[in-house]
Amino acid sequence: MTATAADVVAAVVDPELPMLTLAELGIVREVRQDDDGVLVTITPTYSGCPAMETIRGDIRVALRRAGFGRAEVRTVLAPAWTTDWISETGKRKLAEAGIAPPGAAPVRAAGPIPLTLGVRTAVACPRCGQPSTEVLAAFGATACRELRRCPACREPFEHVREI
Amino acid sequence: MAFDDAYDALTDHEDDARWAYGTGFSDPLAGVSSELPDGVDRDDLAAYCLMLGDDALILSHRLQQWVTRAPELEDELAIANIALDLLGQARLLLTRAGEAEGRDRDEDDLAMRRAAPEFRNVVLAERGDDDFAHLVARLCVFSVWRLELLQHLCTSRDPMLAAIAAKGVKEVTYHRDYAAQWVVRLGDGTQLSRQRMVAAVAALEPLLGELFQPHPVVTRLAESGVAVDPGSLREAFDQVWGYVLTTATLGPASSSRSPAHRGRDGVHTPGLLEILDEMQGLARALPGGSW
Repeated sequence: MTATAADVVAAVVDPELPMLTLAELGIVREVRQDDDGVLVTITPTYSGCPAMETIRGDIRVALRRAGFGRAEVRTVLAPAWTTDWISETGKRKLAEAGIAPPGAAPVRAAGPIPLTLGVRTAVACPRCGQPSTEVLAAFGATACRELRRCPACREPFEHVREI
Repeated sequence: MAFDDAYDALTDHEDDARWAYGTGFSDPLAGVSSELPDGVDRDDLAAYCLMLGDDALILSHRLQQWVTRAPELEDELAIANIALDLLGQARLLLTRAGEAEGRDRDEDDLAMRRAAPEFRNVVLAERGDDDFAHLVARLCVFSVWRLELLQHLCTSRDPMLAAIAAKGVKEVTYHRDYAAQWVVRLGDGTQLSRQRMVAAVAALEPLLGELFQPHPVVTRLAESGVAVDPGSLREAFDQVWGYVLTTATLGPASSSRSPAHRGRDGVHTPGLLEILDEMQGLARALPGGSW
């Protein structure tokens, strides 16, 4: 059986979270294949995500290697990406890699967005399962992650923030 | 044909040239429809995108100046990430501005090849920070204001502005939380941290009036459902900023509003020249430079 263009794109690995494929990260919005070639539509996780160009390049390379001809990668901004689009498999793989996966993204009711002064949702330790952990830093190695520490096993770990 | 060198796959360039500045990459809005909404003046829309884009671009650079200077590595990461989010918003907004004006200018042209009087950012964004208290106080004020603005902009009749705003809301919510927590920690902290936060808040006061000042371009666009009337943000801003100051035991917020600055019309302080000198120096010395 030959892989479709959609299969090839889905299997490309994210450059900053290499345990996840682009499909598991939830950033592939559409893959269309016709006589002219392949048209891929992706959405950025964050406005300034520096990996977007790499991802676009990786998709083009993967399609060429799989024998597809012309490939164009387009960006779409709306609807904005949410961590809810990370698949269940993706969340499991994050946890296995020691990164606490995001919980459900906050539901924005109409009206002002509440300011958070210290009260945060509980995040379980991906190593020992301790249900409540503390924030070390609100921003981590990439825009989508924060640094936390487990009070039980004392290990620091990263958490993909809900957006 | 597959690329042997992953870097080749990054660019559509046919040669080996690498840009010495700017993104060097094509259009961050790649493939996003560049159509304009009906009945909207191109120049007005371009000017408005520049205002919001320049706010983000200039504050992003002010934040970047703290990389290697922040008190702790964790805060340096936070500041760099916030700067990156704002730079991303700026890239999208400047690209949109370039499309709207239709004069063939891209994000790099607009960021690197405009003189200070052509920048449309509010003066709040360009001010240099005296210390870490200034950094977080300014970031807090900016984020409270921008979050409110972006939230209203999500329903803009320009689908591109609406999309940029919807992404930005998620990002700026985290910026605001980060900065507000620091304002509270320093304000309600030691004698020295409190003294510094009091000074930082006082230094920001004269810059707040401009944030809510009407501007003819914005008024026209607000009437046609594209932009957000700055005056409409005032009440929500006062409420949130007042809450932060009160929690930091520094409140209530001063209700006085000094005469507004006119950054939106290109009237800037030396702070902007200082940033542009650093940001554009290479681009000006080596136009089209590559290595």
